[in-house]
Amino acid sequence: MADALVWHRLQFAFTAVYHYIFPQLTMGLAFLIVIMKWRSLRGDERWNDAARFWIRIFGLNFAVGVVTGIPMEFQFGTNWARFTSYAGKVVGHTLGMEGLLAFFLESSFIAILVWGERRVSRRVHYLAAIALWVGSWLSGYFIVTTNAFLQRPVGYEFAADGTLRLGDFGAFITNPWAIAQYAHTIMASVVTASFVVAATGAYYLLRGEHLETARRFVRLGVIVGAASSLLVAFPTGDMQAKLVARYQPVSLAAMEGRFESGPMAEITLIGQPNVPGRRLDNPVQVPGALSFLAYGTFHSDVAGLNEFPEQDWPDNIELLYYAFHVMAGLGTIMIGVMLVALLLAWRHRLAGTRWMLWLLMLMFPAPYIANTAGWLTTELGRQPWVVYGLLRTVDASSTLVHSGTALFTLIGFCGMYFVLGVLFLFLVAREVVHGPVPAAEGGHG
Amino acid sequence: MVELWFGIVSVMLTMYVVMDGFDLGAGVLHLLVARSNEERRQVLAAIGPYWDANEVWLLATGGALFVAFPRVLASGLSGFYFAIFLVLWCLILRGVSIEFRGHVDSTLWRAFWDSVFALGSTLLCVFFGCALGNLLRGLPLNAEGWFSLPLFTDFSTRSPVGILDWFTVLVGVFALIALVMQGGTYLAWKTDGPVMQRSGRLAAGAAGVLCGLWPVMTILTLRTSPQMFAQFATRPLAWVCALLAAVGLVAVLAAVRRRSYRGAFLGSSAFLVGLMAATATAVFPVMLRSVGGQGDSLTAFNAGNDPSGLRTALGWWTIGIPLVVAYFVVQFRVHAGKVTVPREGEGY
Repeated sequence: MADALVWHRLQFAFTAVYHYIFPQLTMGLAFLIVIMKWRSLRGDERWNDAARFWIRIFGLNFAVGVVTGIPMEFQFGTNWARFTSYAGKVVGHTLGMEGLLAFFLESSFIAILVWGERRVSRRVHYLAAIALWVGSWLSGYFIVTTNAFLQRPVGYEFAADGTLRLGDFGAFITNPWAIAQYAHTIMASVVTASFVVAATGAYYLLRGEHLETARRFVRLGVIVGAASSLLVAFPTGDMQAKLVARYQPVSLAAMEGRFESGPMAEITLIGQPNVPGRRLDNPVQVPGALSFLAYGTFHSDVAGLNEFPEQDWPDNIELLYYAFHVMAGLGTIMIGVMLVALLLAWRHRLAGTRWMLWLLMLMFPAPYIANTAGWLTTELGRQPWVVYGLLRTVDASSTLVHSGTALFTLIGFCGMYFVLGVLFLFLVAREVVHGPVPAAEGGHG
Repeated sequence: MVELWFGIVSVMLTMYVVMDGFDLGAGVLHLLVARSNEERRQVLAAIGPYWDANEVWLLATGGALFVAFPRVLASGLSGFYFAIFLVLWCLILRGVSIEFRGHVDSTLWRAFWDSVFALGSTLLCVFFGCALGNLLRGLPLNAEGWFSLPLFTDFSTRSPVGILDWFTVLVGVFALIALVMQGGTYLAWKTDGPVMQRSGRLAAGAAGVLCGLWPVMTILTLRTSPQMFAQFATRPLAWVCALLAAVGLVAVLAAVRRRSYRGAFLGSSAFLVGLMAATATAVFPVMLRSVGGQGDSLTAFNAGNDPSGLRTALGWWTIGIPLVVAYFVVQFRVHAGKVTVPREGEGY
């Protein structure tokens, strides 16, 4: 049993992390495509070429996002059957709404956007872009609300058989945790898309190709990227940190590698958590900052792990600590880079500043890593619970699935997703090499 | 309320069978009805705008099951564990084959993805049929309502059973032929030239085979799970549904003869709707039937959400479903008529 649990967890983690590579780009890119189509409607045909290029990239990401997303919904039943029968009467609402209200919208209008440009008017094509944007952001809300319920259950009651049922739909769907987490997640997806658009523009500028379109890519990417990377940290990240401090204090302690409680809590910049020794080795810290960020004053007490029974500690404190610090560190670096780039753009010197173009081009993996690390922080911080405070992970998996079977399907996913990743990168690279060519010059219509 | 949600889940699953049925069936026929690249792009252009939205019916049905009958979803998916992943992997490969095929201008690349598309579609049709066969035959539920089935045992329908036995495989083959008819009539309707002619011929052939196979399947089903017959006999609605299926099948044969392929597609859809509805009516309220285990069957009544939860879900479902219908109407209008194959490098 214990064995099988490891494979269930690894499989869900792997398939979820892999899946989220794609929607984090498409959610952000859908928004940028709307901006591009809007600019083109105002008469600048270059923006239409830009949009057409990004719609091709979007299509590839969307396809892989869809096919890797389907297993996510099914794995609740296959691998986490006890969770599904325990919490399904509540989370089934958001998962059901996602399919009905968001997926149909997205999947119907993607076809018009990707290859309906010649069949419909420019205005309808623009409306299709908006529909896709709304659909993808809606689907994000439903899935984040589902996750938020697991992080901080609200709006539920206990049914007669001890399972959960919905008590207050309004409270469930407007969970404050969901709102903070959604704002944080969606802004982070805009950061990913901005970096990818800016990096592609920088690549073309450095190669001296497609200069007019490339300048637009870089400028759009940098303006939206600077705004969104700031919004990821403040207020959205800050809001979420305060909720973690309030409802999951043990996770906060683990994220910071903090064992002792007390006021004037330091924020740790670097250092290595030493869990058996119950201390943080070689720390570089800013005194008082954690108290201030978590509770608003420097003198607030911040609890350390020692204050909680070990059975309630997240079960992988080291990974949780590093994931959180990778996210926060990369987030800070990304804000810095985007602000400097924005300053250069302001002075019309960005396109000629080669070191910054190199930096932008090479930075595009950073938001992917930060987004992944952020989700790892959220999900590892929730352990050892599936539904926080209500259902432990050990009590949530399917009982009759043999550990060898679970390992087999995990290996199957590894193999299939590796091949899928290679093919995806190959096809995206071809699109980038082909470039944003105007339709009349043999561009893809 | 429970009865209503049993109906909603059945209707959504039926929508999935009818809608994704035509693009799955087109996939099965892909290599048979379309020989040249030009013809194959005709097939892909015919299903291209729809296949993704059609597949959402499966996800939406899963979502409806999740909220209305979570216990059924949990028990069913974990019990069929291995088979579910085979289905998921086929869905992944088939989905990317449609999207990736047109991106590289190479005969080898295209031939590879054409084969993946056809093979994936064929396996999916058989698997979905098998799944239905398992529900009809019954499952060895334990006292807590869980089960776990191996992929196969000795292929008999007596305990210990596997996912694959002679009966479920036969239902799989039946589903394959039915969806060949669905895909064939659709392609004949939406394409022209040789693809239309070949699709029409194969669809008519499939309809002919079904005329013979359907009565045989009915008898075998009633022998495998006799209690269905008792309920079937006392429920007039089931008879009406079965009649609809029969009329649909006859309509396919008549319409193909008159080369009215849209009519044939509607007839084929009526056949699938009638068959699914008759089955749902006959098995109600049982969702996972317990056979050879210690547990009771999971029914709409003992595995369902409570009435207030179902009422809430009905609220958002009622908002959502007209929108979904509207999206499909827009889609069918934008892509009305016979398909035109886009220029090389565009579309699929």
